[in-house]
Amino acid sequence: MEHTPPPFFKRGPAPLVRLAFFASLSLALLVLDARFRYAETLRQSLTLLAQPLQEIAMLPGAFAERIAAYFSSQVQLNEENAALRRRLVEASTSAQRLQAALAESEQLKRLEGAAQRRRTRGVAAEILYNARDPYARKVIVDRGTQHGVRLGSPVVDEIGVVGQVTRTHGAASEVTLLIDKDQAIPVQVARNGLRAVAFGTGVSGQLELRYMASNAEIEAGDRLVTSGLDGVYPPGLAVATVSRVERDAASSFARILCQPAAGVERGRYVLILETETRAVSNPETATPEREPGAGKSRRPRKKAADGR
Amino acid sequence: MGAERPQYILQPVRVGWIVASFAVSLMLNFVPWQPAALAPDFVAMTLAFWCVRQPRLVGLGAGWFMGLLNDAGSGVLLGQHALVYALLAFGAITLSRRILWFSVWAQALHVAVLLVLAQAIGLLVRVAAGAEFPGWSLFAAPLIGAALWPALSFVLLVPQRRPVEVDETRPI
Repeated sequence: MEHTPPPFFKRGPAPLVRLAFFASLSLALLVLDARFRYAETLRQSLTLLAQPLQEIAMLPGAFAERIAAYFSSQVQLNEENAALRRRLVEASTSAQRLQAALAESEQLKRLEGAAQRRRTRGVAAEILYNARDPYARKVIVDRGTQHGVRLGSPVVDEIGVVGQVTRTHGAASEVTLLIDKDQAIPVQVARNGLRAVAFGTGVSGQLELRYMASNAEIEAGDRLVTSGLDGVYPPGLAVATVSRVERDAASSFARILCQPAAGVERGRYVLILETETRAVSNPETATPEREPGAGKSRRPRKKAADGR
Repeated sequence: MGAERPQYILQPVRVGWIVASFAVSLMLNFVPWQPAALAPDFVAMTLAFWCVRQPRLVGLGAGWFMGLLNDAGSGVLLGQHALVYALLAFGAITLSRRILWFSVWAQALHVAVLLVLAQAIGLLVRVAAGAEFPGWSLFAAPLIGAALWPALSFVLLVPQRRPVEVDETRPI
């Protein structure tokens, strides 16, 4: 004899059971995503679903902008044009000097036999809006994989480094600003070449150099530039200026605060650099070689693979 | 108290309307509102509304899926909004029989509590994942969302309030 309730009363599992199920599912996803980055394929497919809605959501802003551009007065445009032309002249003279200096340094490097630095090209992009997430410092720019933006590319403005591309979509990409708490950039003090790593603090207009010994030779006013050691940021870009150094006898590290050089939170136009990272292979780990012949034959093949 | 208010006998809801409302609210979430801190979470509001009105049609599963879509679209940790929306749906379903007894502004007060709690859970998740506390302005958005509750419930009930056949001579 069956004692199942009629279908009218069937309501599935109890709400608390469902809550436990979905809560544990989301917690598992959170851990997978935050710790191991395993959820990228799921994220990609969900993004595909959400993308049309995102594109519709961008329409009113673009429309308003077009209207504002239409009504911007001619006087204003003329002034802006003149100012831009002046800046173009200034920039082109310095660019010419830079070209000469680049050629000279390349020649010297060739004489020295040093590795030539790759030229970097860039994609100009416009900042569309701040990302909605209030816990992170990110912006969305209007250039994506369609325009050749690649994950991890450095983003600069006319003064210095702004951030790094951390997510790419078809027609837009997400740039994590230098001041984001999870962002780090290898730098060098321009005055004496001291290397360090600048971390974001999550506070606007503030970077921090962590793990610097309290007797490190650094003082307020020092300019920090990228060191290029990471193979991501090209060397020599302005990053920040040291604003305060606190040396405390109680701790072995100095507390060094810096102010970003570029308009990290201002500005509208940025340049996404396409850097070709030099393929520097890691030093081979010391593996006990069984037969010397096999090791020798393996090595040239590996070099050929690296050199392409 | 209910005697003065007009009482509508609502038509049964259409699933297509619920889906469309979720799609529109997700799109509204993706709109780059200018002071981003003040923009309410439209998906959370819509979810709370349908969980209160139709607890048998919309529940934790729907909330969880909308949360995943929101996470992927806004590029935050996958699972953050999913967890928050599942908890919010649970709270709204638990309170649904109580909430519908009240006038629309008293309902908004209940919803304000739910939305603030949801925001607090999101905050907990992010702080546990290593983020900084972004300041108390974080809780302005759920309060604004709750203030929009009367407008939301008016708009979302429009198709159910329409008579089946328009008859001008009908007494009520």
